[in-house]
Amino acid sequence: MACESWAAKLDTYLDGELPPEEMRAFDIHVRGCASCAAEALSRVQMRRKIQSAGKRFAPTADFRRRVQGSIASKPQRRFHPAWIFAGALAVVAVLLSTYVGMQRSRREQAYSEIADLHVAALASSSQVDVLSSDRHTVKPWFQGKIPFTFDLPELQNSEFSLLGGRMTYLGQTPGAHLIYTVRKHEISVFIVQEKDLRDSWNIGNVTTKELSFNVASWSQGGLRYFAIGDASAADINGLAKLFKATGS
Amino acid sequence: MQGNKSSTRWFKLVDVSGANLQLDPFEELAMPLFDQLYNFAHWLTQNREEAEDLVQETYAKALKGFSSFQPGTNFRAWMYRILRNTFLTSRTGLKATMTVPLDLEDDGPALAVECETPETILFERANGDLLQSAIDELPVYFREILLLCEVEEMSYQEIAETLSIPAGTVMSRLSRARKMLRDRLRPQLQAGIVTTAATKGSNRGV
Repeated sequence: MACESWAAKLDTYLDGELPPEEMRAFDIHVRGCASCAAEALSRVQMRRKIQSAGKRFAPTADFRRRVQGSIASKPQRRFHPAWIFAGALAVVAVLLSTYVGMQRSRREQAYSEIADLHVAALASSSQVDVLSSDRHTVKPWFQGKIPFTFDLPELQNSEFSLLGGRMTYLGQTPGAHLIYTVRKHEISVFIVQEKDLRDSWNIGNVTTKELSFNVASWSQGGLRYFAIGDASAADINGLAKLFKATGS
Repeated sequence: MQGNKSSTRWFKLVDVSGANLQLDPFEELAMPLFDQLYNFAHWLTQNREEAEDLVQETYAKALKGFSSFQPGTNFRAWMYRILRNTFLTSRTGLKATMTVPLDLEDDGPALAVECETPETILFERANGDLLQSAIDELPVYFREILLLCEVEEMSYQEIAETLSIPAGTVMSRLSRARKMLRDRLRPQLQAGIVTTAATKGSNRGV
């Protein structure tokens, strides 16, 4: 029969294992030859039945657990102490970098809030609510507005001058916002009660540059101070020093 | 608030990485094959208890020899090869292979197909039980290659790796296995047709 040579390769064709050009030739032949097409159909049906009949035996859940237990326990015993140490070290490293990362993101959050307040105040048409260069006017203005009091530094013989003050909220607690100028640069000083600040604001005594503002932060007498501005770090620190000197 | 939220997220990440340290590469590769390896073992041993012993031993051997497995090569074929070699050296395996004719590979022109036979009609009637017992009765070399091809859907190359035989042998042995299965099913199915026809005929008569 003419289809005999084709039929001999039929199974290999259905397995998809003939060389590519023979596969294509077979495709064409099967479309034209009724008997080979019928035979192919019957074998495909047969395979489906063998496949479902062949999936006959399933392991019990108990047996699976037993084998899994037997292979899982061994590699753990093979753990060398050095690997445990290395693993512990890796965990510590991850924890540490996580902690540092969190601290950094807290600090960035705190700084960006301070920077926002500073910029918002400067951009406002009324930068201050109490406009006075006299510290003896500004200090009493805050009475009854914030739950604490503070001392303003004497500015005589310094380059700084007081512009005024306003009430503010920082980290959801009320505080004082003072604005100073030094050679046309404005510096904001924020003062809040340290005990009301959340952990995220506990950023220690630092002077850094954030968002290209210079920032100094310190705590004194239960109050937390932040000085921020586009003035030089030396100016920010100079103002900070004046504040620190007033308290002591 | 936001700080707290992100901190819990971070600690979750740490937990996950801690769990990853304990994940065993062998277990991860081998356990997904468990059900199919068991099925294959049961077909080979034809007995649940022996199949369980065979699978257990296969996993123990594979774990021990895992360092010799080359990553990137076919892990499934590697596992099946261990299982099969373990079976062939077992008592049941030795007994099964002893009954297989020696001229397994060179048995004349095995591929002749009678195009006249209405197999389409015939094999449509094959039910699961009939097929299962027909597969069960095949010699072990035919049974295993048929199962690897039809049930596990392995390629010829994968089968060759599993059985440690040349790819050309896979093709000829497979076609002989299929032919033997068809030849054994045909008389039973034809008898089935006759019986059903007879029952129908007598029903009509009544």
